[in-house]
Amino acid sequence: MKKPAIESSDDRPVKTRWVPHGITWFILRRVLLGIATLFIISLIVFGATQALPGDAARAILGREATPQKLAAVRKQLNLNRPVTDQYREWLGGIVTGDFGRSLANQLPVSSFLGNRIVNSGFLVLLSAVISIPLSLLIGSLGALWRDRPFDTVTSIINLALAALPEFVIGVGLILLFATSVFQFLPAVSLISPDTPVWEELEFIVLPALTLILAVTPYISRIMRGSMIEVLESDYVEMARLKGLRERLVISRHALPNGIIPAIQVTALQLAYLAGGVVVIEFVFTFPGIGQALVDAVAKRDLPIIQSLSMLIAGVYVVLNLLADVATILISPRLRTSLR
Amino acid sequence: MTDQRTDVDGMSEAPVEPVSSPPPPRRSKRSPLAMTMARALRLGRTKVGLALVTVLVAVAAFGPLLAPESTTAFVGPPYQPPGEGAVMGTDFLGRDTLSRFLAGGRSVLILSLLATVLGLIAGVAIGLIAAYSRGSMDDVIMRSMDIVLAFPQIVFVLLLVSTIGPKLWLLVLTVAATHAPRVARLARGAALEVVERDFVKAAEVLGEPRWRILLSEILPNITSPLMVEASLRLTYSIGLVAAISFLGFGLQPPAADWGLMINENRVGLTVQPWPVALPTLAIALLTIGTNLIADGLARALIGVDRGTAEA
Amino acid sequence: MLEVENLRVELTYSSADIVDEISFHIVAGEVLGLVGESGSGKSTIGLALLGHQRRGARVAGGEVRLEGDNILTWSPGRLRKLRGGVVSYVPQDPSASLNPALRIGKQLEETLEAHAYGGSSKARHDRIDEMMSEVLLPADREFLQRYPHQLSGGQLQRVALAMAFACRPKVIVLDEPTTALDVTTQSHVLGTVRDLCVAHGVAALYVTHDLAVVASVADRLAVMYAGRMVELGPKEQLFKSAAHPYTKRLIQAVPDISGRFELVGIPGRAPPPGHRPEGCFFAPRCEFADDKARREFPGVTHVSESHQVRCWHAEEVFAEAARARGLRKDGSGRDEQDKGLLAVRGLQAYYRSRHVLHDVNIEVWPRQCVAVVGESGSGKTTLARCVVGLHREFSGEVLLRGKALETSARSRDQQSRRQIQYIFQSPYSSLNPRKTIGQIIAQPLRLFSDLGRRDAEARTIEALERVSLSGAYLSRYPDQLSGGERQRVAIARALAAQPSLLVCDEVTSALDVSVQAAIVELLGELQRDLGLGLLFITHNLALIRTIAQEVAVMADGRIVEAGPVASVLDSPQADYTKKLLSDTPSLTTV
Repeated sequence: MKKPAIESSDDRPVKTRWVPHGITWFILRRVLLGIATLFIISLIVFGATQALPGDAARAILGREATPQKLAAVRKQLNLNRPVTDQYREWLGGIVTGDFGRSLANQLPVSSFLGNRIVNSGFLVLLSAVISIPLSLLIGSLGALWRDRPFDTVTSIINLALAALPEFVIGVGLILLFATSVFQFLPAVSLISPDTPVWEELEFIVLPALTLILAVTPYISRIMRGSMIEVLESDYVEMARLKGLRERLVISRHALPNGIIPAIQVTALQLAYLAGGVVVIEFVFTFPGIGQALVDAVAKRDLPIIQSLSMLIAGVYVVLNLLADVATILISPRLRTSLR
Repeated sequence: MTDQRTDVDGMSEAPVEPVSSPPPPRRSKRSPLAMTMARALRLGRTKVGLALVTVLVAVAAFGPLLAPESTTAFVGPPYQPPGEGAVMGTDFLGRDTLSRFLAGGRSVLILSLLATVLGLIAGVAIGLIAAYSRGSMDDVIMRSMDIVLAFPQIVFVLLLVSTIGPKLWLLVLTVAATHAPRVARLARGAALEVVERDFVKAAEVLGEPRWRILLSEILPNITSPLMVEASLRLTYSIGLVAAISFLGFGLQPPAADWGLMINENRVGLTVQPWPVALPTLAIALLTIGTNLIADGLARALIGVDRGTAEA
Repeated sequence: MLEVENLRVELTYSSADIVDEISFHIVAGEVLGLVGESGSGKSTIGLALLGHQRRGARVAGGEVRLEGDNILTWSPGRLRKLRGGVVSYVPQDPSASLNPALRIGKQLEETLEAHAYGGSSKARHDRIDEMMSEVLLPADREFLQRYPHQLSGGQLQRVALAMAFACRPKVIVLDEPTTALDVTTQSHVLGTVRDLCVAHGVAALYVTHDLAVVASVADRLAVMYAGRMVELGPKEQLFKSAAHPYTKRLIQAVPDISGRFELVGIPGRAPPPGHRPEGCFFAPRCEFADDKARREFPGVTHVSESHQVRCWHAEEVFAEAARARGLRKDGSGRDEQDKGLLAVRGLQAYYRSRHVLHDVNIEVWPRQCVAVVGESGSGKTTLARCVVGLHREFSGEVLLRGKALETSARSRDQQSRRQIQYIFQSPYSSLNPRKTIGQIIAQPLRLFSDLGRRDAEARTIEALERVSLSGAYLSRYPDQLSGGERQRVAIARALAAQPSLLVCDEVTSALDVSVQAAIVELLGELQRDLGLGLLFITHNLALIRTIAQEVAVMADGRIVEAGPVASVLDSPQADYTKKLLSDTPSLTTV
């Protein structure tokens, strides 16, 4: 936060720049920006999958290409029409909720993915609900007990976990809890995509644990860093020198300021969870969108790939928007400087 | 406008990070970068990280020469546990686990190194230009970077693999492309701080050409954070490249590759865990090693720059 | 009331002393000024009065007695009740010391709550209202509902004062409370501090680096050097006849608005903790130092009953100090045959949509120093940046030897770029930390001349010697230099271009007072010896008589008064100048 270029002297108090509709305006602007971003993202997704030079239908079918199959794929993806028409058709479909049909099994994308989205959503939400409070706690305690054993140990664990690719964590957990060392948890989620996962909770334990282990280090490191900075700030020292109880110094002066940077990172990490599920679901054959995406890439099932890419990018955009709004709302300086 | 808080009152000499040793002797003539490196090397974590990386790079580089068997020869029945004929047992087709493990590290290492270097160069260039041009140019550059950021790295790679197919050059390029905006953000952030410093303005007043300001005034001041970023990016590259192979979109069978090995042998985990455990462990130790180095550099960086006036 | 005896605070890490052998007392209603340059340990002592040390430091010995009871032995719980209740603290920079996420009313109230002051919420609110009116702030709900960033610097410092006096403390520690403020605001706040301490019989420790400020608020002074208290006594005695050479030199280094005295810097630098020499710490910089002083740190001697000092040569110094300060030699002005160097005509400058400079006119002649004085936000820095070509959004003319200059430095021709050199406020920011001093000074040579390597190096060394540094600095990095040395390097870089005009933008404000004096001396020399023109931008009115011949006073983007220094300072016409002059603290008013 930079100081204003002009320091007012006593005679000219700074006016409160509170505009009644400041926040509404801000949110509206951010939403519009988000929509614009999504629009550009749709161009990239479409461009990368369908508008590449060459015969998309032949690329999709590969060796299985017969004249009949080629014609069918071309018809389904409108490949016979100009690229701009194809894009308009495709985007129109997405906006109105019609994502097309899967090339592999001819099911409508929405019904094919519906349950999987719910399953993945549940997995991500469950992991988030556990890992966010956990990592904020670990980070804050690490800062409060800086360089004491708890901090040293959690720092080292965080460092190691942050380094590991998710699938290595997943495979490691399988080796540890499901096969080689202990055998009390299922290694793979042998459930059909149509069964809601919460009815088979034991299958979700390892995937969720993997996600939690993958995300917690990042958020707790940021929280620790930002809390350390706040604890060394002049205003926390001042609060102590005013004779406030330590509990009050932490809860009223340190935490509310320390948590602000963590919000942005949390949003980023949640968005990352949406990507992290891809590999993790594959490791555990968990019936969610990640597994579906990997299958679709293997089969070159364009409508599924396009829809899932848009979905995951959309989640990112929305989460970022929420994080910005939350940051603005809890930091008075930003809130009142909105025009 | 005027920052007159110059008085830190004796405390400026107090080591803030306990890991850091007292400030360097005043009259040492080593460059700040060399001092960062020396401090990093004195930290235990950097040493452990370097040791891990050295061992695993050695395994990856010289492993193929040491492999007792050919990577494609069938030496026994599938999933034979460790024992006679195959020290680490056999894989799902009955090939020698140890030989395939020793041969399977090169690809991961080379591909991830290439991707990291490409991503860093592109990212630094973009970030520096954005930071120094400021204004609308900066906005446009960084907004377009933000859009790439909307895709988790692995999704972006899969998106391109889905149309072009599992080509290795594509893998390197797309992994580099997912790094570039992230590196650009960091480089820009670090450079923005430098651009505001008066020595950049001093060079402008003297009429120093723009490219020279970028290369000789700004770049040297962000090398330390860039080194940290480089080792972080290498960590992620290894993870990504291995993950792509694991998903089946990297090297194709019958190649020996750590990621691919884990995938191929998953089914037999209960009978013969080694063809999964060995590469998993190797990737784990390698990434932990590079991350430890990154952390060591980062800590050394804080220590060194804390000593100077503006930190 | 409050006694400190033999206090020692050291670094936790290396056990090197930050301060040691500190003893003093303060009685009720008295203000003791604790004066020292950066790194002298004065804030450390201030915090010790609250039983607090910053991270990395610990109290290693001595006592801090409050009404006879040593607080350093108290339990954390008892100390908590002491802090803010019996002993309170006013921070240096209230904009950093007030919680940005908490309304100021709440921050005032929690202090009262923490010490159970006032039985009810009503009583506490009444107390807040009372305090707010004592520090001359509005006490209405709307004001108390504000967040710190919605207040000005002066208002924030008043809030901090209100907070400190809220629980009717017996002792108050003020840690450079006016450093971040403009002169006018500073003078109001100082008045308030003085009044409150006297009115409530509070014993106050006023920590500062600024002798002129402390002169207007303190009764007695304690002078710190490198972690030791070298002199302590009534302020009149210290100012008139200091008995420690450091005090004496420090006073000579303070610019005074009367400008009658010569400004003399102190060469060298104060040793930091862990690097302090054997013997007297000031010996390496002291003209009185002899073998004994270099061997053994002197003990306390009493010059008079209330005036004590730690120097082997106190008597000599005392006797000499009684003589008057050296009178200033008259600076050289412009010669009749000189042609105008720089002219700024009808300058209007904008910052985005804001109009920041209104019709500014200024002329600088060779061998002449024109000072531009103003408070922060007056537009003086923008003026400097327009002249050197760093601020492009302006209209009007900037003429160098009669030739109009382009707005941006990049589009000016090489000769004009060479002739105008800019020296920045902070030498910590203006030197690239990744280049050696040699590379830094060679930069203008590379751009403006086609000297071979050997000639270039000779010129570089010549420039270094011109600013009293030597060729030994060539291969060092800026981080290895002190603030004063860095500013000299920045000046050497400017000189290497062989300029005819130096634009100096607050070049001394980031430096300690003893270093500031030395830099001002150097600039005066360059002006005389090399015939340079100087455009000297400053907020410090006291400096200008020492260095400048002409002065322009700026306020709100306009020049409100301009003319020869003597006439402007002795008979100011504009109300603003008069106010500025009366608010500037001075040693001579003691």
